[in-house]
Amino acid sequence: MSKQRVIVIGGGLAGLAATMKMAELGMSVLVVSFLPVKRSHSVCAQGGINGAVNIKGEGDSPDIHFYDTVKGGDFLAHQPLCKDMCHHAPYIINLMDRLGVTFNRTPEGNLDFRRFGGTLYHRTAFAGATTGQQLLYALDEQVRHFEVQGLVEKMEWHEYLGAVLNDNGRCVGAVIHNLRSGEIKAEKGDAVILATGGPGLVYGRSTNSMVCTGTAVTSAYLQGAKYGNGEFIQIHPSAIPGRDKLRLMSESARGEGGRIWVPRKAGDPRKPKEIPEKERFYFLEERYPLFGNLVPRDVGAREIYDICVNDKLGVHGEMKVYLDLTHHTREFLDQRLGGILEIYEKFTGVDPREEPMEIFPAVHYSMGGIWTDYTRTNEGLIDHQSPNNQMTSITGLYAAGEADYQFHGGNRLGANSLLSCIYTGLMMSPGVLNYVKNVPEAAEDIPETVFSASVKKWHESYENIKGMNGKENPYALHREMAEEMISNVLIVRENSKLKSTLDKIDEFESRWQDIKCVDTNDWANPVPSFINQLWNMIQLSKIITKGALLRDEFRGSHYKPEFDLHQPDDFRPETYLEFEKQKESGTIKEDAFAPEHLAYMKRFSENNIKWLKTTIAAYQDGGPEISYEEVDTSLIAPRPRKYD
Amino acid sequence: MPETVTFKIKRQDSENSGSYWETFTIPYVANSNVISCLMDIQANPVNSKGEEVTPVVWESNCLEEVCGACTMLINGKVHQSCSALVDQLKKPIRLEPMSKFPVIRDLTVDRSRMFEALKKVQAWVTADGYHDLGPGDRLAQKHQEIAYTLSECMTCGCCVEACPQYSSGNNFLGAAAISQSRLFNMHPTAKNIADERLDTLMQEGGIADCGNAQNCVEACPKSIPLTESIAEMGRQVSGKLWRNIFRA
Repeated sequence: MSKQRVIVIGGGLAGLAATMKMAELGMSVLVVSFLPVKRSHSVCAQGGINGAVNIKGEGDSPDIHFYDTVKGGDFLAHQPLCKDMCHHAPYIINLMDRLGVTFNRTPEGNLDFRRFGGTLYHRTAFAGATTGQQLLYALDEQVRHFEVQGLVEKMEWHEYLGAVLNDNGRCVGAVIHNLRSGEIKAEKGDAVILATGGPGLVYGRSTNSMVCTGTAVTSAYLQGAKYGNGEFIQIHPSAIPGRDKLRLMSESARGEGGRIWVPRKAGDPRKPKEIPEKERFYFLEERYPLFGNLVPRDVGAREIYDICVNDKLGVHGEMKVYLDLTHHTREFLDQRLGGILEIYEKFTGVDPREEPMEIFPAVHYSMGGIWTDYTRTNEGLIDHQSPNNQMTSITGLYAAGEADYQFHGGNRLGANSLLSCIYTGLMMSPGVLNYVKNVPEAAEDIPETVFSASVKKWHESYENIKGMNGKENPYALHREMAEEMISNVLIVRENSKLKSTLDKIDEFESRWQDIKCVDTNDWANPVPSFINQLWNMIQLSKIITKGALLRDEFRGSHYKPEFDLHQPDDFRPETYLEFEKQKESGTIKEDAFAPEHLAYMKRFSENNIKWLKTTIAAYQDGGPEISYEEVDTSLIAPRPRKYD
Repeated sequence: MPETVTFKIKRQDSENSGSYWETFTIPYVANSNVISCLMDIQANPVNSKGEEVTPVVWESNCLEEVCGACTMLINGKVHQSCSALVDQLKKPIRLEPMSKFPVIRDLTVDRSRMFEALKKVQAWVTADGYHDLGPGDRLAQKHQEIAYTLSECMTCGCCVEACPQYSSGNNFLGAAAISQSRLFNMHPTAKNIADERLDTLMQEGGIADCGNAQNCVEACPKSIPLTESIAEMGRQVSGKLWRNIFRA
């Protein structure tokens, strides 16, 4: 068989982890990236990476990490994958340490760990407040070493347009657009991995970087790949308002003791430091005595929304709350949070070591993504040799990192994203290579016509875009679409608004046809690419909105007040396990439970039967056809979440 | 409060074409940075003469000064355009591409030379493999503090843009790569090939090309102690030269 290679699209943590691992195993890899890979969005991850190394002797373990992850995701995540990931997490942190990541240290010289949301343990390893950047740099360095050795080739300044499929629908390469020369050509690959990150730009301004349009995975969806759990979009509780971007204020600020509060008096005009302690409302600490400021992100974002919108207690009457670190010394803050505090100071002109920060919730992460497969073992772990792992529903097309859908369920825990990115990249590699070894025909040997047909299609598509001479400016249209998504498909979701947004999206789609391609040069012209990306963002916004409209429940980040099951305040989740046990044995001793608990548990149980399922979007007749698929919840029995 | 803000932008249509200045006057919006204004121009690409023109091309990604992409000359000073706040800048605001690198288009340049320099100084840890080999070495907090600071370098190019020695006519590695060689020479296992890095620094384009102008450390947006790094690597190179002499 001819020489084989794998194409990796995207040079963030997931893409580079896969590249590095496959190169180690002897495979040639072509990495395609919009930008030099060192500038990928992974650099924006701040707080850290989770792994139950138990440095603090708290009795933490991978199984507790697994439980926290599954509970944090409101039981919608695939449990064998989560379990395998959490069990590999300590090794991944050790590996990254060996590769030179400058993790913070304890006085004895061990890796230091901090607390993060959704857990009671010190489980998050960190490098100052730029952990994602540091992890990415370590992988970038390894990949550069392989580049020098000739095993890895990089095509930076190139964009993925679509997969090349042979007559059997198998992926045999990728159509790549050179963002400088404008040339469109096919690259042959025996497998293609999409490690292209999330879709934050569908919402315009988010905590995401400019390349996070979700366009690559949407292209796969338009070619027939299934998309999973699109409606589950994480809103991060703390971001810094900005005109171009909503910059993240890491959860680590709260992990290091940062406190969220608002003045008790609505519209209090005083400066925060003039407001005495008893006139401050530390609402997360009061409402969640156990987890306090470190409730999971979905809970935190909803509480901030509630305090600002329903209680009208937002700072200066706006959608803002204080995040206060001023009780710490400057030295402590600089050593552990320096990077993020500098960002706040640079962009707002206010020193967060002296004044409480003003923060608000912003679109941050997509739990959903392109559907991918896996093979579990009898122990409920993952068979790392299986070619199915991370394969999309298009044979030979894989996905990894934020681009996939199955690790975080309905809500991702902070510091699990860096973990899931590196984990998927490493975990999938042996299986991808097993797939490549056994393909019926190497990509090199496939007739040129298969590739030239794909190139021709994309070439025509871009020529058509360049010829667009309507009235709409693509960037202005994008802003308008993003406003619609921000207004109606965010923290609180209502069916009537979701319906009207779907209609609006159809309007945006027709207005897209009337775009003017404001730059028709051949050289280094980003406009045609953006117009193509905008089309894909419109398609993706349909997946998100329709998924949200049809899912009539409240789970994780997907909150519909109308379908809140109203957990009684004094309810304990263990009661539900007892209820389920009795249900399985055939008879429920109804008088063993308080009547309102019993009624709640019945509601909860019925709701899970109907909705504890993956949303699947498949492209059909110009839009997403929605269906539902079972989730593997065989290892930890689903139960109501509680954090107080 | 001003009603508008004016930008003078040095544009260039392709690698080999000449450059020209174009002026844009856009509505003033509070809390703008240079990038949000470039985005406004994109959404309504009309210059000050009222002519419809192509949107300005620039490079950016993270918009929070951790990726290094959006570096350019702002009023003559090299900086990331995301963290350049309009209220703090003298008007009209002049934007130019960095001068030490080939211009691709408008404000976009090709900084490949910096990444090639990282190959030359072997800025990596040589690992036996990516399987489970247990934890790495224990390291003092003080060690981590220095290493972390050096490792924050985002290859943005501010240091070499400000450097009088770095030019398209020579092959000077520049402060960023020299500082990275310091980072890896202090790592417990990457220092196994410390001598190879020093060999590179001894060659043409290496440490001897530094003219000690100290502009680099002033220009670094991450306050990386680049001159300390250069001094430290100078010491290591001298040490190796002495060792070479005695061995001979």
